[in-house]
Parts: sequence; C-alpha cells; structure tokens
Amino acid sequence: MTISIDPQKTNNESLQPKGWLRYFSFSLDHKVIGIQYLVCGFLFYLIGGTLASAIRIELASPMSDFMPRDVYNQVLTLHGTIMIFLWIVPVVNGAFGNYLIPFYVGARDMAFPRLNAVAFWLIPPSGLMLVASYFVEGAAQAGWTAYPPLSITTPQSGQIIWILSVLLLGGSSIFGGINFIATIIKLRRPGLKLMQLPMYCWAMLGTSLLVVLSTPVLAGTLILLSFDIIAKTGFFNPVLGGNVVVYQHLFWFYSHPAVYIMVLPAFGLVSEILPVHARKPLFGYTTMVFSIMGIVVLGLVVWAHHMFTSGTPPWMRLFFTIATAFIAVPTGIKFFNWVATLWGGKISINSAMLFSCGFIINFVFGGITGVALAQVPFDIHVHDTYFVVAHFHYIVYGGTVFIIFSSIYHWFPKVTGKMLNEKLGILHFIITFIGFNLCFAPQHWLGLNGMPRRVAEYDPQFQFVNQISSLGALLMAISTIPFLINVFLSVRNGKDSGDNPWNALTPEWLTSSPPPIENWEGEAPLVEEPYGYGK
Amino acid sequence: MLNKNIYLILIIFLVFAISFWIGFNVNLLPAEASINAPIYDELFKILFIIGLIIFIGITIAVIYSLFKFRKRNDQIGDGIALEGNLSLEIVWTIIPSIIVLLIGLYSYNIYDRMGGMKELNHNHEMMSSNTEKIWAGISQTSDNEIAINNLSIEVSAMQFAFLFNYPKGNFISGELHVPVDQKVSMKMESKDVIHAFWVPEFRIKQDIIPGQPTILNFTPTKVGKYPIICAELCGPYHGGMRASIIVEEESDYKEWFNKNKKPEVNL
Repeated sequence: MTISIDPQKTNNESLQPKGWLRYFSFSLDHKVIGIQYLVCGFLFYLIGGTLASAIRIELASPMSDFMPRDVYNQVLTLHGTIMIFLWIVPVVNGAFGNYLIPFYVGARDMAFPRLNAVAFWLIPPSGLMLVASYFVEGAAQAGWTAYPPLSITTPQSGQIIWILSVLLLGGSSIFGGINFIATIIKLRRPGLKLMQLPMYCWAMLGTSLLVVLSTPVLAGTLILLSFDIIAKTGFFNPVLGGNVVVYQHLFWFYSHPAVYIMVLPAFGLVSEILPVHARKPLFGYTTMVFSIMGIVVLGLVVWAHHMFTSGTPPWMRLFFTIATAFIAVPTGIKFFNWVATLWGGKISINSAMLFSCGFIINFVFGGITGVALAQVPFDIHVHDTYFVVAHFHYIVYGGTVFIIFSSIYHWFPKVTGKMLNEKLGILHFIITFIGFNLCFAPQHWLGLNGMPRRVAEYDPQFQFVNQISSLGALLMAISTIPFLINVFLSVRNGKDSGDNPWNALTPEWLTSSPPPIENWEGEAPLVEEPYGYGK
Repeated sequence: MLNKNIYLILIIFLVFAISFWIGFNVNLLPAEASINAPIYDELFKILFIIGLIIFIGITIAVIYSLFKFRKRNDQIGDGIALEGNLSLEIVWTIIPSIIVLLIGLYSYNIYDRMGGMKELNHNHEMMSSNTEKIWAGISQTSDNEIAINNLSIEVSAMQFAFLFNYPKGNFISGELHVPVDQKVSMKMESKDVIHAFWVPEFRIKQDIIPGQPTILNFTPTKVGKYPIICAELCGPYHGGMRASIIVEEESDYKEWFNKNKKPEVNL
C-alpha cells in the first residue's frame, strides 16, 4: 500500500502511515527515505557479508572444496556488486545524504521529494532481482567488472539480470545525484552562504557531480554489452571484430570515479563527526573544500590505472601514473586537517570517535598502497592479485564502512531520541578493527608473493596466511552481533538522549530529536558557523 | 619550549630509523629471477620506506592526540578555537606534492630501465603483416636483438591452459623452457577470453587479449622452475590455470630444444 502526501501543501499527518509502517510506504519525507536507504543497505550488507564469509571459507584450504567452481565465481561477483551498488553507494550517499542535507541547507525536504522516493524504491527490486538470478540459471560470474569476452560467454540469464540490476541502481544513483545538487544549490535557506555549509554538503556536491557525469557512461556501456549478449552484436566481441579493451576504458571511466562516490561522502561525514567529539572547529575549512573539488576533477582522469597490463601505450601509462599519484595530495591535505582537528581538542573517546580514528589509520594505509599501485612498474607485478584486494578493502571497508558505523553511533540519537550503549559500541569497534586488519593486512603479502585474485584454489604454501585472513573475516562477521544487539536494545530501552546529546552546533541538532515532520517547528535556524567550537 | 622541540625531533628521528630498519630488513617479495626483479625491488623498497614513515607518523599523531587531548572527567567546555593555519596548510600541500612528483619521476626512470618506454618496431620478425598493430607489455630489448638470438616464442592462452609455440623448432610445448641470461620475446594472443601471463619471480605481468596480440620481453637470470599464473578471471577453472617456466643452462636448453624439434616438412 502506498500513501503519500505532498509536504508542501498539507500538514495532515493522518494521510501518512504512522509508526514503523511509514518505512514501508512511498513516503516523501527525506528522513523516512534516509532510514529506508540505511536499513535496506544494511540488509544487503548482511547478504554481501555472508557471501564474503563463503569466500573466506573456500580459501581456508588450498583446494576448491567448499563450493563448485562456477558457484564460487558467482559468489565473488555478487559479493562485489552487492557491497558496492547496494550497500556502500546507497548508504553513504542516499541514507546520510537524504537525512542530513535538508537540515544542513535549512530546507524542509529535498528539492524533488517524489524523485527521491522513486530513487529509493528502485533499489529493493533491483537488489532482489540480482540475488534471485542465482536461482534462474546461476548468477553472473564474470566478476563485478563483467569484462567481455568472459561476460559474453558465461550463462546469459545471470549476466543480463546483472546488467538490468546495475542499470536500475545506476538510475537510482543519478536521480539521487540530481536531487542533491538541486537541493544544495537552490534550496539553501536565505542568508546561508555556500562557504558556510557543513563539509558533508560539499562532499555530496562533489560526489553528485561525479555521479551525474560518469554513471551515464556505465549505463551506455552496459547497454552495449547487453546488445552483444542478446542481439549478438560485436561491440566488444573480438570474434565479430569488436574490441575488449574499449569496454575496459568505458567501464573504468565510471568505476574509478565510483571509488570517490564511495569515499568522498565518508570524508564529509568524518568532517562532521570529529569536530563535535573533539570540541574543536574543523581545521582548514577552505582547503578542505578545495581538496574535495580537486579530488573530483582528478578522479575523472585516472581511470586507465586499472589497465596498466591491458596493453596501453607507454605515454598513456605515464599520464595516468602521475594523475593518480597526485590525488594523494588533496587526499593527504584532508588527513592532515583531520589530525590537526584532533590536536588540542577535548576529545571524548566514544564509539563514534574510535571508528573515525580507525578510519583515519586504515585509510592512510590504503592510500599509501594506492600511491604505490599508481606507479606503472609497481602495478605490473601486483595487478589482479590479492595486493589489490587488500588495498581496496582498506579503502572501502577500513575507510567508508568504518565511517558508516561511526555515523550510526553519532546520529542514532538524532533519529531515535535514544542513546546507543557505549560499552557494546566500543566492543564492536575493537572486534571490527582487529578482525579487519587481521583479514586484509596479510593479503598484501599474498599478492606480492604470487596469489592472484578471484581464485578458488591456490598454491599450498599460502595456506597458513589465508587461514589467518579467514580468521579475521570470522571476527568481522562476529563483530556485527554486538552492533545488532546494541541497536535493537537501544531502540526499545535506550537511555533518552535529549535533543542534542553531543552539544553539537550543526543545524540538524538544533531541532528536537527525533525531528518533527518538516524538520523545524518554526523557521529554520541560520547557522553561520557550523564548527564554531571554543568561541 | 626547547624541551618540546627536542622530543619532537627525537620522535621524528625514531620514526625514520624504524621505517628504514624495517624497509631494509623485512623482505616481503619472492625470489628475484629476472633482470626486472632487482629493479622492481629497488622501487618497492623506496616506496615501502616512504609509506612506513607516513603511516607510522600519522598513526602516532592520532593515538597521541587521543591520549593527550582526551577529555578528563572534570573538564567542561571546548578545545581551542583554532580554525586553520595557512602556512602549515601550504607546507603540507607542497611537501606531499614534491614527494609524489619525485616518486613519479623515479618510477618513470624505473619503468624506462625495465624497458617499458621502448618503442616496439612494427616489423617484428614473427609477424604476418607489417602493418599489424602490436600492444606492448614490458620490452627490454629491440627487435634486432631478438632476431639475432632467435628466442621468439608464440604464446597462446585458452580456457584453461597456456601453449608455447617454438617456431624455430616447429613444436608446441605446455612448459616454457628458456635459457638463463638470454633475452626472450613472446608474442601472446588469446583464443577465447582475456587471460594474463604472470611470473611473480620475474615481476612481470601482461594481459593476453583475444583479437589483439601483446608482446612481453624478459631476461631470466636464475636457473630454476617458476610458476606461470593466469591473473585475469577467465572462468570456473581460473585458479587452476597455471603452467611452469623452466629456466636452465644454455646446454640443457639446447638439449631439450633439439629433443623436441621437429624436422621441417618439405612438400
């Protein structure tokens, strides 16, 4: 059943389902949509995590003995696709973006509430379709990159459903991006200047530009790929004169910016969390803004560093090496600024702060291996090995997922009016941090010493290190238990948080917790200094 | 104040010392068995040390801040209202830029020494047509040198095996045999999907692409048997797609070659 009201026209709450039912409705309230994104994303995170566990069980022994080989390839394809398109992108963009951006710009909702609801409701069906494709003829098994000719020659139904699903998710992402750009540029409360916006708005503006510029390229590429599969055209099919490397260029033109679509919002979120819990202004606001925009521009011209072994000409390798390595500069500025934000503060050591600091340490590690990977001669040896697997999990899990958890601890009182239990939160952090590093740090060594990625079987000399990695994965799986217990207990019997438990200055805390339907009882407050601590 | 600076300098010195010690004493790489390998390992060592300095430095700064600036129970109020420091921010923009630029130039130099920047002539001796476009992997040698020592091998990859064709001997082998210390040139093409040719001990990798031949040149330096690993997902048995490269003394190689050589068939 879908019931909706237009928040612009009427304040009649009786038309909207009450209580938990509204989370299952075509609600136009940006706060409801944000929570829909978050919970839906988390359910897919559990599915993707189960698939990851299956991979680590298979790799606990050198033989392919846990599942059939083609199922293993389906599992790794679904793991990658679900984690990227159904967990990280929707949550750091859709969930937190929808919940926070209207507060930050002082609006009562997003610019296009209906488009917003459509963008969310595209996600559950496409996710379910993707998972269900396993039961048709087997899911896609060409990896989340779907390189032809492999993606053309594997069973068709799985690959076609994969393409449809990613197209829908890409569409959802573009709708969201347009909405964020419109909201941030046009819906700002009178008197609020761009350079007074909280940093997450800048991060979402940069991210949304990337989404709007690059996602259509992925959509076009996947449509051509589906033509090759269904209509036997030859865009990427070498048998018919097609070129497989062209696909890689087009694919990475989206999928490298996709990395920034996954981490830039996390950069924004951590910039909101650190000042509150360190009781200090965000260090270097202006350079933070410019470094986000620098990452956006550079992020669009580095895609071919995924293709250093594909037979690219030398000049191209050189250009993409330098461009990629230079992303370290704006990124580095942000990390120095965050450390400087901590410096001299009055830091509360709580779950949100610990996850944010864990993020800084993990991401710096992943960034350093990233600069190394940008160097062509370095990359040639470790490309397509577990070194790369380790690197990007340090970025997307050690980076973004740590920030997602940090943000949940930080904004849970805002959404529910209840506090999360700190002891369980710190336990969650400790198990996650140890498990994550135990799982992925040893994989660098595996890659350097000769273990390629996406394999179900490997040289027996790597067994011990793989088992350490699997043990880490087990800890990561266990770490979700205290988190889930914490959330369920706190929603029911959590300590009342009051409206502003952190004494934060950003606008979302200047209303009641949970907020009223149109965000503020009266006029939205004008927050000229969202980080004005210590004044 | 002087005391504080001494501690800071001491800590920076320690971070550098630890990073250099680890960089020089911890070996994370497999054996070096081609002339590429020591060049690669030199680059690895430098990146490893720079990376360690930055990582240890930032980690110490974060953990120190958490301890030193943690909120004590009796404390209320905020930290200092420090919103930025332009000169500091300029410093930590310029220094990383310089480091990144130097690393880029240095790795360009490494890549050049590996032969990556060398133009490949189009009239490679094995090629059927002079206008065919070849995409280069790493090339350490010019085509003339290859033509002289006759070590040209045609590699074809398919699901899920490598085949090595020795045109001079008119035979195909499932194992790659090469003599030590001699330049080898391989022209590689795939029969079905994308594969990759990777020998970890040689620090080289090149995709093998259907419809587009690629070239990979290398010089093995150490006698032994090393794995050839397919590094590009190519189907269900991708993990099992492996072969061996056997680097042997020239006399052993000659013996193996002559044993397998088929006489030219004259019709």
